[in-house]
Amino acid sequence: MKPLLQVRAIDKSYAGVQALRDAHLELFAGEVHALVGENGAGKSTLIKIITGAVEPDGGEIWLNGQRVAEISPRRAKELGIAAIYQQPALFPELSVAENIALGLESGGLLARVNWRARRQQAAALLARVGARILPDREAGALTMAEQQLVEIARAIGARSRILIMDEPTAALSEEETRHLFRVIGELRDAGVAVIYISHRLEELSAIADRVTVLRDGRTIGTYRMEELDRQQLIRLMVGRELSAVFPWRARKLGEPVLELCDFGSSTAGIENINLTVHAGEIVGLAGLVGAGRTELARAIFGLVPADRGELRLRGVPVRIGDPTQAIACGIAYLPEDRQRHGVIPEMAISANITLASLDALASPWGMDFRRERAIAAHYVQRLGIKTPSIYAPVQTLSGGNQQKVALGRWLATEPQVIILDEPTQGVDVGTKAEIHRLMIELAAQGAAILMISSEMPELLGMSDRIAVMREGTIVAQLAREEATQERVLALALGQ
Amino acid sequence: MKSVIWSRYKRELAAAVAYLALLVAVGAVAPSFYSAANLRDLLVNNAPVLIVATGMTMVIIVREIDISVGSQFAVCSVVAGLLAKAGAPIPLLIPALIAVGAAMGALNGWLIGRLRIPSIIATLAMYVAWRDALRWATQGAWVQGLPDDFQWFGLGQSRGQWLIVAAAIALLVFFAWALRNLRAGRALYAVGSQREAARLLGLNPSALVFGVFTLMGALVGLAALLNAVRFATVPSNAGTGLELKAIASVVVGGTAISGGRGTLIGTLIGTALLGTTGTALTFAGINPFWEKAMQGAIILVALISEVALGRLTHEPR
Repeated sequence: MKPLLQVRAIDKSYAGVQALRDAHLELFAGEVHALVGENGAGKSTLIKIITGAVEPDGGEIWLNGQRVAEISPRRAKELGIAAIYQQPALFPELSVAENIALGLESGGLLARVNWRARRQQAAALLARVGARILPDREAGALTMAEQQLVEIARAIGARSRILIMDEPTAALSEEETRHLFRVIGELRDAGVAVIYISHRLEELSAIADRVTVLRDGRTIGTYRMEELDRQQLIRLMVGRELSAVFPWRARKLGEPVLELCDFGSSTAGIENINLTVHAGEIVGLAGLVGAGRTELARAIFGLVPADRGELRLRGVPVRIGDPTQAIACGIAYLPEDRQRHGVIPEMAISANITLASLDALASPWGMDFRRERAIAAHYVQRLGIKTPSIYAPVQTLSGGNQQKVALGRWLATEPQVIILDEPTQGVDVGTKAEIHRLMIELAAQGAAILMISSEMPELLGMSDRIAVMREGTIVAQLAREEATQERVLALALGQ
Repeated sequence: MKSVIWSRYKRELAAAVAYLALLVAVGAVAPSFYSAANLRDLLVNNAPVLIVATGMTMVIIVREIDISVGSQFAVCSVVAGLLAKAGAPIPLLIPALIAVGAAMGALNGWLIGRLRIPSIIATLAMYVAWRDALRWATQGAWVQGLPDDFQWFGLGQSRGQWLIVAAAIALLVFFAWALRNLRAGRALYAVGSQREAARLLGLNPSALVFGVFTLMGALVGLAALLNAVRFATVPSNAGTGLELKAIASVVVGGTAISGGRGTLIGTLIGTALLGTTGTALTFAGINPFWEKAMQGAIILVALISEVALGRLTHEPR
């Protein structure tokens, strides 16, 4: 039998960071094909390339034995490729029937809408996926599971031959999951090829026929599902050589600085967090995307209300209600989304660096610009920010240098607790090494560092201790010596 | 280093070059434009607009807009007239009008900063509400029979005129200094550029937005008073089209309508450029009907160049 879809030797890099190199995937009609890998292994990028959302740097895509030259979202739809993401992408203000119809109707923008046919078609498709949803309901009012079913109905209606599902069960109950699996089974029997992405390994053996493992952007291999047990699968996902050199060295730890006791936030969905970070210590926070790591950081920093348990700083219980208080307490938080949350793009580097510590610039005549220049020049030099001038707007810098500016701003507040959320994501190799060196330097000077990272070598290479989060809580803590890739991933997956 | 500064202020520079070109051109065609009387008239006429545009600059820097300023202006003008007529001491009108304006601005600030209603909607509602409330209250009648010391604050025309111009310039200089030197100034740019990032830094965007609109209202109150004292009666339709004049002046002066960038020097140039166009056309012997078309063209050129410049400056190196 000829494969329906072949993805060959795909390369893709974002701003110098290689997301995929030489990735392969082969998909047959009438199979459920699982795609697994750690955070950042390249699953999403591969899916985006297949659906035409991003353009690959190199490689080929073959459909039905024919090469597809250029693939755009529109072209992918014509070819019968549909994707359903973890967060359903319905238009909340439109009705279910309209949502389904949007994917199906052809003709120009002036073509007349046949409402009756629309509703009937929507009802028929919903019945096919076994959903009892009225076509006239507003999509935004549906539950997550119902929205997922509407998306599947839409995909079936578009006569999709390839259906991609990214973590479809993340928001579903057990009953809904069983139902979804039944629908997937029917689709497979009807000859649809399903690419199924999930971190729930136990699901894969229930639903998938074959599995392709991605690691660091490369395809490790494709296996029949019954060939592998979970342990083998985990080993394939992490089995890399830990070759990168990290500047870690043993340090003397001081007093506990940050202590969380039964800490939690109902809005952020985290609970029972017990964690201590000492002066001079780097604690790595591991976990899958959605395990609650960023939520924990945001709760500590006062961005979401922490309503459970206690937070102690150097032994003193404190309540942090907003970032102003957090900064006053000596906590710094370098957020993950540098573009939106990190820097102020239109502002000069100097103003960006001093923005969290403007008190230091107060003088009777307003702002002390000489002092500002001195502070900015100091951090530009210390962090090696490459710029023609400290007055250049931050948006003119490269991603790595922007991250350094964001970091410099927090160092200027002289914090005792530093929370770093994916500090080296999307930065070039050189900058990454510099940030690592700086982290060690800060720890050696007595800072307590909490580092969230999805990159296993970075976690293992930089942390004195690793706390693993799963489903909103810390499930285990491993000392540097006991931490291995397999153990961390198995804990994160809940195996 | 030098090039960085040049590139930061190239929009202001472009407006300044356009203004100089206009001045040179009108000087060549009609030298009488440069008579002392004409220049003084220009200054006095545009001073209230400049005060409103000063506030508007800050509103736009924080990535909001206020289209209710013209209606606020009308309400404040009438209130000033009625207070004077009722016998209120003339010096007391200054704090009174600032307070009335600030109260109207605070209402905008509450709607936009606290309730998070988009500013274009909230201020559109207030634009209609104040204008129609005033029409209903005054029945369209002008405030007449004002005490003698109302006009020019009783200082006489010459001194009164200089007071108005000096007040506008002093306010511009003060706020230019504040934007650069006060913490709140930095916060304004930060919130306008990237609201969420600013919140993560411990700044309080809602409080800042509330403050900016309140300040905007206070400046409108003052501008309305300074404008009203130029005449012996107070019309009930003062400030018609003021919101557009102010916004256009700010944008022509190089402030980014998308927030986070702009200077008051630019606003000064923009106000001067748009405020001079009409008179310059008259002196050049061109039908003044062209004034609005000309102003529209200037605004379009400014916006198009912002798009062009935006492409250049947003391109990462």
